[in-house]
Amino acid sequence: MLNNAFSPEAIREAIDIFVTEFPLAIWETLYVTILATFFAIVLGLPLGVLLVVGEKDGVLPLPAWLMQALNVLINLLRSVPFLIMMILVFPLTRAIVGTVVGTVASIVPLVIAAFPFVARLVEGSLREIDPNIIEAAQSMGASPLQIVVKVMLPESVPSLISNAAIALTTILGYSAMSGVLGGGGLGKIAINYGYHRYKYLVMLLAVVLLVLMVQVFQTIGTKWSLRSDKRLRK
Amino acid sequence: MIEIRNLSKSFSTADGVVDALRDVSLTIRDGDIYGIIGMSGAGKSTLVRCINMLERPTDGSVVINNQDVGKLSPSELRKVRRSVSMIFQGFNLLMQRTCLKNICFPMELAGVKKADAVKRAKELLEIVGLPNKANAYPAQLSGGQKQRIAIARALASNPKVLLCDEATSALDPQTTHSILELIREINEKTGITVVIITHQMSVVEEICNRVAILDDGRVAEEGEVSAIFSHPKSSAARKLVFPDSEPVGQAVSPDERRIRVVFNGAVATNAPLITRMAIDTQIVANILSASTKCIGNKMYGNMLLGVSPDDATVQAAVDYLRGAEDVWAEEVTQDAE
Repeated sequence: MLNNAFSPEAIREAIDIFVTEFPLAIWETLYVTILATFFAIVLGLPLGVLLVVGEKDGVLPLPAWLMQALNVLINLLRSVPFLIMMILVFPLTRAIVGTVVGTVASIVPLVIAAFPFVARLVEGSLREIDPNIIEAAQSMGASPLQIVVKVMLPESVPSLISNAAIALTTILGYSAMSGVLGGGGLGKIAINYGYHRYKYLVMLLAVVLLVLMVQVFQTIGTKWSLRSDKRLRK
Repeated sequence: MIEIRNLSKSFSTADGVVDALRDVSLTIRDGDIYGIIGMSGAGKSTLVRCINMLERPTDGSVVINNQDVGKLSPSELRKVRRSVSMIFQGFNLLMQRTCLKNICFPMELAGVKKADAVKRAKELLEIVGLPNKANAYPAQLSGGQKQRIAIARALASNPKVLLCDEATSALDPQTTHSILELIREINEKTGITVVIITHQMSVVEEICNRVAILDDGRVAEEGEVSAIFSHPKSSAARKLVFPDSEPVGQAVSPDERRIRVVFNGAVATNAPLITRMAIDTQIVANILSASTKCIGNKMYGNMLLGVSPDDATVQAAVDYLRGAEDVWAEEVTQDAE
């Protein structure tokens, strides 16, 4: 079977599929990933901030039961395997998008799976800040909101950017997985041709493209993060 | 005026309850440069953090200009904090902001218009002597420069009080001197009250007019710096004022007794005191150690003398030395420490 994978015929066929189907698939993968990351950040960023400021010694301590509930919820969502998460959120997906199959529909489970992850990443970034800097801001009469907006978030920008790249690449991986259950994009092509129709070369092409996309996103993220870090100015 | 009344603070740690402050009462007058000195763990950082309620005292109160700051609502407290600025050992600048924007920060918090804030920040950069560092980031500055920016930032809100928490402890002696000089200048120009937390007696000596000595969470001694330097009463004060006289006990030879002489602004003359004593009283003293310096033509510091061990000689020497103006003398015995 693998012998046939690189036969001239297979190569011709793969090129044909590459030209006709890949442009749309690349586009679908990109916009699903970017939209899902965007919504995951919209939900995950404030949640991550809450996890840090709401602690007992945080700048805005919240009731212990609430913090406990948030932590349990995040851990719960993070422990569900993504494929099962897609099935679990079918009712929600249907309510929001109107259908559970297709490219747009796959954004809903991606966001649900990714925002708790993003919240943990944000939490990690904010915990890196020197607590003395926050204390200094408090000594100047900064309110909790001012500390979040003017100190915590701006001071952790390099770390947040670097973590955003991690979130984006992880969501890209999940989006490929959504191809199994009706999602569009490069994942769908890889599964349809590689798994259902034994066209390994097509699958290989899709995988190579996914790898390239991860490389590009991660490289840009790392470079941008380093450039934004004023601590590294000499 | 800052009145600290019966302040106590205890922390519960894994090893049980630790009393960081025990019944501390102090009054800091407007315009003072007030030193709070003590060994590590004496509670001085806790004390300064209680002044602006970064640390809530377990008991007692802090009254700043007739306002009991412990009883204020969060928003009232924030307002008071804008008039009580603080600088730190670690500078605590915002690392992702330029120096200019760091100085603007407290004004941003208070809602000052951006153009006004920038104008004031530039003036402050002039005052602290770094006008060309407006667009530099903190990571590009030396320790002393960072502390200057921190001082400019602390002054931006026109505070009445400046709290310095070990502000020079991370700096070399030269830089320490220049930062203290700057603080003194600002105190003289604006009348700002300065509270200096330190473990270095040299800092108190150089800049403070009053000092409190904190030992194990209690005020061991409090008063004018000159008085404490010449007559340290408590053992904690002695340890700080005469740190190098600790091992005296071991080195004492049986045929010698020791007298400590403290110069507190004595006028230096052509006939030095110890020589004069030898001529006038025939008592020959052995100078065992001396740490003195002349400021103007006045002498400060202390000296350790060895004299022959009979009571009459020791008494005569002490009396003679005390007879000189701005000089204090006393016998050092092992148990004096």
